[in-house]
Amino acid sequence: MSNKSVLFNPFSKNNPVIVQILGICSVLAVTAKLEPAIVMGLSVIAVLAFSNVIISLLRNTIPTNIRIIVQLVVVAGLVVIVSQLLQAYAYDVSKQLSVFIGLIITNCILMGRLEAFAMANRPWPSFLDGIGNGTGYAIILIIVGFFRELLGSGTLMGYAVVPQAFYDAGYVNNGLMILPPMALIVVACIIWVHRSYNKDLQEK
Amino acid sequence: MENLNLFIRSIFIDNMIFAYFLGMCSFIAVSKNVKTAFGLGIAVTFMLTISLPVNYLLETYVLRAGALSWLSPEFADVDLSFLSLIVFIAVIASMTQLVEMVVEKYAPALYSSLGIFLPLIAVNCAILGGSLFMQQRDFGSVWTALCAGSGWGIGWLLAITAVAAVRERVAQYSNVPAPLRGVGITFIITALMGIAFMSFLGIKI
Repeated sequence: MSNKSVLFNPFSKNNPVIVQILGICSVLAVTAKLEPAIVMGLSVIAVLAFSNVIISLLRNTIPTNIRIIVQLVVVAGLVVIVSQLLQAYAYDVSKQLSVFIGLIITNCILMGRLEAFAMANRPWPSFLDGIGNGTGYAIILIIVGFFRELLGSGTLMGYAVVPQAFYDAGYVNNGLMILPPMALIVVACIIWVHRSYNKDLQEK
Repeated sequence: MENLNLFIRSIFIDNMIFAYFLGMCSFIAVSKNVKTAFGLGIAVTFMLTISLPVNYLLETYVLRAGALSWLSPEFADVDLSFLSLIVFIAVIASMTQLVEMVVEKYAPALYSSLGIFLPLIAVNCAILGGSLFMQQRDFGSVWTALCAGSGWGIGWLLAITAVAAVRERVAQYSNVPAPLRGVGITFIITALMGIAFMSFLGIKI
């Protein structure tokens, strides 16, 4: 595979969330508003890219029996750095994300990419794979966050975008969109649209 | 009484799947039939029930700010809480190894049907999530942690079994639009069940 396809395939054809079905938990939990969704996306890109590089550098020295524990320790170390940075520079957002920054460790995208790609490839392609998959994840996060905040609270990034005239005419925010189950439905709709364009991804 | 209340709460209201959506990856992948789903549910319940009290003890006597003061008064201002993520995940990973060996020895059929998902329990977000919620909510005693852990585990078991049962029927009898087949419809089923579970809100004993 060329470096270009390693970087761009995960955006759509091989998207980690809607095609590989990895890392769903955090997609659902942090997307009630757009801002935490963006911060979460950036954190995952950073952790994924650097853990891919580190594991790829170590790939020939890790004994296969204990590789899961080694991978977890590398990822956990990076997540601790990200979580301390967020607490220092973006305290409000880190409060909103609560346990979900810690849960990046158990985000299946990380283990999936480390096992499937970084253990078998050189550092530079691994770095690109990390950036690509992280971005694919962030794209879905941002789409879901966009629709939930727009329809649920009538705001984007905290700014009101639905004009007051709409409310005066009888428009009401859909409170259901804020509730966690609606995130699942939004993701299901994205899958629906995506798979009707990519027929080869449909299940029998 | 308080603990019993928490136990019931953890099963129905704070349900790991329907309220927090933790452990979704293996949930989606393994909920194709009831038998395998039930087996994984038991394994997750077991892991949560064991790892939560162990992590609670570690948190209270080793990691929290000033927690080491029982060792000697000099350690009163030591704060190891930045290590908690690594310690928790190490406990969980080694427990998983243990469960894997037990299941392989005593239930080989279940072992082969769970396949890759048994070692992946180590990275099941529901289990690390349980420990992180425990840390965040300041549970009063190790019994509280035990009740919450087993409650969350049973809630997860209940959720995956219920969804697997619905999925079995859907796969046989219904005509789902092609792009939604498999994953898509599972998401919608889970969402609808999540909305139904919201009706438990406010239950108290």
